[in-house]
Amino acid sequence: MTLYRTLRNGIIDENPTLRLVLGTCPTLAVTTAAINGVGMGLATTFVLICSNILISLLRRVIPDKVRIPAYVVIIASFVTIVQLLLEAYVPVLHQSLGLFIPLIVVNCIILGRAEAFASKNTVLYSAVDGLGMGLGFTLALIAMSSLREIVGAGTIFGVAIFGQNWHPMLMVALPPGGFLTYGLLIGLMNKLQLVKVNLKTHPAPALEEGGAK
Amino acid sequence: MIGNILTAFITAVFIDNVVLARFLGICPFLGVSQSTKTAASMGAAVVFVMTLASAATWGIQQVLDSFGLGYLQTLAFILVIAALVQFVELFIRKSSDALYRALGVYLPLITTNCAVLGICIVNIQTKLGFVDSILNGAFAGFGFSVAIVLFSGIQIRMQESDIPEALKGFPSALIAASLVSLAFFGFQGMKL
Repeated sequence: MTLYRTLRNGIIDENPTLRLVLGTCPTLAVTTAAINGVGMGLATTFVLICSNILISLLRRVIPDKVRIPAYVVIIASFVTIVQLLLEAYVPVLHQSLGLFIPLIVVNCIILGRAEAFASKNTVLYSAVDGLGMGLGFTLALIAMSSLREIVGAGTIFGVAIFGQNWHPMLMVALPPGGFLTYGLLIGLMNKLQLVKVNLKTHPAPALEEGGAK
Repeated sequence: MIGNILTAFITAVFIDNVVLARFLGICPFLGVSQSTKTAASMGAAVVFVMTLASAATWGIQQVLDSFGLGYLQTLAFILVIAALVQFVELFIRKSSDALYRALGVYLPLITTNCAVLGICIVNIQTKLGFVDSILNGAFAGFGFSVAIVLFSGIQIRMQESDIPEALKGFPSALIAASLVSLAFFGFQGMKL
């Protein structure tokens, strides 16, 4: 697999949020405003790249039996670093992400990539895989949080985009709206995939059949 | 005293439900709720571990605080929870065969259930005392059980219904969860 394929795999083919449906808790919880989506995505990406690199470096040193606890320690250390950095430099973001920063530790995307990729591949590929998965997660979060902010509050990155008479659909910004938006987004991804598969399997005949009916 | 406990119970189970209002523990909520029986077992395992973890992490936090090591919270908590889950699993396997068969499979999954770590951190952040932490852990776990058992009923109905191809699986489950969450949102008016 080339580096480009590895990167693309994380962003599109195996997008952790929309295709594998991993890391659902932060996806639902922090996506009330676009800026939170960006912050959470980048924080997770940072942890993912660093932990992938370190785990890949140590893959011959860590005994097989204690690998999961070892991975968890590595991940938790990087999460603590992120937590302290955010608190020091972007306290506002730290405040709004709150509980979900320490919870990056239990984000299944990170442990999943450590187990499935970094423990078997070289450092460079593991780093790129971390970047790809991280970006895939970030882009999905941005898509979802922008949608929820536009519909639920009528703003994007805090800037009002509709006129005075716009009544935001508050429900979308509240917990029920989180579930709804996420469900519809995955549905949309599935629909696109189905259309793509249909076009591939019978490109021209499908149209003829449709016409005959 | 009794009134306070009742208030805490209703708040944790209905108003601030871990799954439906706080968004913790969504993975098992969507993954394990295929049948009511497994959902109930998972719920029981979560109540058990969450109560113990609340007690253990409260103690750990006192130790960390006394040495000025507050920044090690995340690292210490996740290790304690992982060790606790292993320990509980061993203990149950040795002591009760029936209980092990009911909960055994779900115990390892709980380590990565963010609801457990989440509630432990919330306990510390809201500065609850020892007894209050344990009660909050147990009540939040019970709230998780209520949500997952309720939702398993819906999942079973959905398996038999005609859902558009693209919405099968996770999307329809999430949309159903949205409706359950909306129903639970009604309890928000009940500020105690």
